[in-house]
Amino acid sequence: MIKARSGETLVKNRHQNLGLSDEVVLSMYENMLKARRVDERLWLLNRAGKIPFVVSCQGQESAQVGAAFGLNREKDYVAPYYRDFGFVFAWGMTIKEMMLNNFAKAEDPSSAGRQMPGHFSYRKLRMLSHSSPVTTQNPHAVGIALAAKIKGDDLVSFVDFGEGSSNQGDFHEAANFAAVHKLPVIFMCENNQYAISVGLKHQLACAHVSDRAIGYGMFGKSFDGNDPLAAYAAVKEAADRAHRGEGPTLLEANCYRLMPHTSDDNDMTYRTKEEVNEAKKHDGVLTFAAYLRSVGVLTEVREKEMEDQIRNEIDEATDYAENAPFADPDSVLRYVYEEKN
Amino acid sequence: MQLPVLSYIEAVTQALDEEMSRDENVFVMGEDVGKRGGVFQATKGLYDKYGENRVIDTPLAESAIAGVGIGAAMYGMRPVAEMQFSDFMLPAANQIISEAAKTRYRSNNEWSVPMTIRAPFGGGVHGGLYHSQSMEAIFANVPGLKIVIPSTPYDVKGLLKASIRDNDPVIFFEHKRAYRLIKGEVPVDDYTIPLGTADVKRVGTDVTVITYGLMVHYAMQAADKLAAEGISTHILDLRTVYPLDKEAIIEAARKTGKVLLLTEDTKEGSVISEAAAIIAENCLFDLDAPIRRLAAPDAPAMPYAGPLEHAFMVKPEQVEKEIRNLAEF
Repeated sequence: MIKARSGETLVKNRHQNLGLSDEVVLSMYENMLKARRVDERLWLLNRAGKIPFVVSCQGQESAQVGAAFGLNREKDYVAPYYRDFGFVFAWGMTIKEMMLNNFAKAEDPSSAGRQMPGHFSYRKLRMLSHSSPVTTQNPHAVGIALAAKIKGDDLVSFVDFGEGSSNQGDFHEAANFAAVHKLPVIFMCENNQYAISVGLKHQLACAHVSDRAIGYGMFGKSFDGNDPLAAYAAVKEAADRAHRGEGPTLLEANCYRLMPHTSDDNDMTYRTKEEVNEAKKHDGVLTFAAYLRSVGVLTEVREKEMEDQIRNEIDEATDYAENAPFADPDSVLRYVYEEKN
Repeated sequence: MQLPVLSYIEAVTQALDEEMSRDENVFVMGEDVGKRGGVFQATKGLYDKYGENRVIDTPLAESAIAGVGIGAAMYGMRPVAEMQFSDFMLPAANQIISEAAKTRYRSNNEWSVPMTIRAPFGGGVHGGLYHSQSMEAIFANVPGLKIVIPSTPYDVKGLLKASIRDNDPVIFFEHKRAYRLIKGEVPVDDYTIPLGTADVKRVGTDVTVITYGLMVHYAMQAADKLAAEGISTHILDLRTVYPLDKEAIIEAARKTGKVLLLTEDTKEGSVISEAAAIIAENCLFDLDAPIRRLAAPDAPAMPYAGPLEHAFMVKPEQVEKEIRNLAEF
């Protein structure tokens, strides 16, 4: 347990043991905070009638950011899913690009406003495009790894999805394929306890999503999804295994979805305020900040600087995205097929 | 100089072999395509020649075959994925329709899927309900996809090579009855046939038949017979059934003013129904008879028992009769 900082700290420095510098863990926290603050702003914009839809990341930032830091951000391929704000920020997407995505403007790098928000894609960052029927990205991540194996390229292919997705046929088919061919894939399930309204016990009969790994002959592990250091360690270990030719890994980050499924959902029809309030006590954005303060890494001054900078960036990005043009309506006919010349 | 004569399936193998040898990014994946060389032997010899890294036996899971292929294509490879029978493609339909077909569009041209999916289709092989179907109509209103159905070994080679080199997903349906039944001259050199172009297989003046796949041969046989009766048949082979070669369809319909649209697929909602609409929109004053469609009955699929299969499948005599009726109209 992390205890508040007092005269003498009782908290062990966990990040040093993982080989992470103070600057790196501060950068982790900054990305988590970015994701949280952007998410909060999106809800305001939605309720103010400025954007039609929000799909939220809150409660999953720690696992997302920790995972991204566990990969090679210059080289690896990633297939994040629609809640992965923390992941895509840590992977190189900017707040401005995120706002353009949510306002569905022409400059949105994911799809120029063609897809709903959160359907991330960014070729220059080796981030695959994905769709709304869930889990379809899993076989794609396996295909990236297969291609890399054929070409002799040393890289890891990482894919994220929810626990509801772990029931899909594509989850199974992709996991089995990757294991049979010993491919360098990391499957990371962000178990946020809910597939819209359907809770975990109505989604799976096994105790953990990671229990399924053994059925595929692959390594599986669950970790505390509110702890970015646990996510970092698990993903780093899985990546090391992949590089050693030991094949895929199935990870499960145990999180909690703090917000409704989307801005169109009312979660109070299927869960209680008390349950959500209890989960908020374990919110990784708060507990990681407390940890960083307690080990003396996050000072008051630094924290304020971070908050101010993120707020300014969000303000500027919101103005920019709101005023940016939509794609030309005639562009609806573009890029159905390759356009020669 | 005489050209080598190949069977339809030998043309498939030759095209695959030449493309694999020409481009190291081309690889083959599917059920039984490796050591076995495919249940029909379409990939015969490729495993020995190119090894298990480029001729990949996959687990029995069609959605993964398509989905893993999509991922590899996004990496820059040119996968040729085999669906053992087109009837088994439906588990992969979401990957094909929601993913492969939409990847370029939804990423605003950033990502693309240069993948070819080969699938044997068609009836007349005692395959029963699930080894006889024509699946093209299911995929033929999905912009982003191209659907190719060759009828001759020459077209097989040129179109398969063009499909593999195409930078968008192509479904390549091969008629399994044609595999060994249909033989023809195939140049040894490298050639491609542009996708999206229909081909006049026979020039005629009285009746136009627009068709594809095995039915092209039924139409050719009927035309030979009818020529003796003084009926001249014009035959257009669609070759690409999506998107359709509209100009060629309009031109062929105008040529004779009497059109028979022929498919072995079930009738309602079939590819030829779209051809009928194109003709209706463009050729009203050129027609001398109502457009006719000859197709399989609107029953779920072709039964196994011989007499039932025969009853279901379009027959050469029917084609002949329909052409004659139109000629006499």
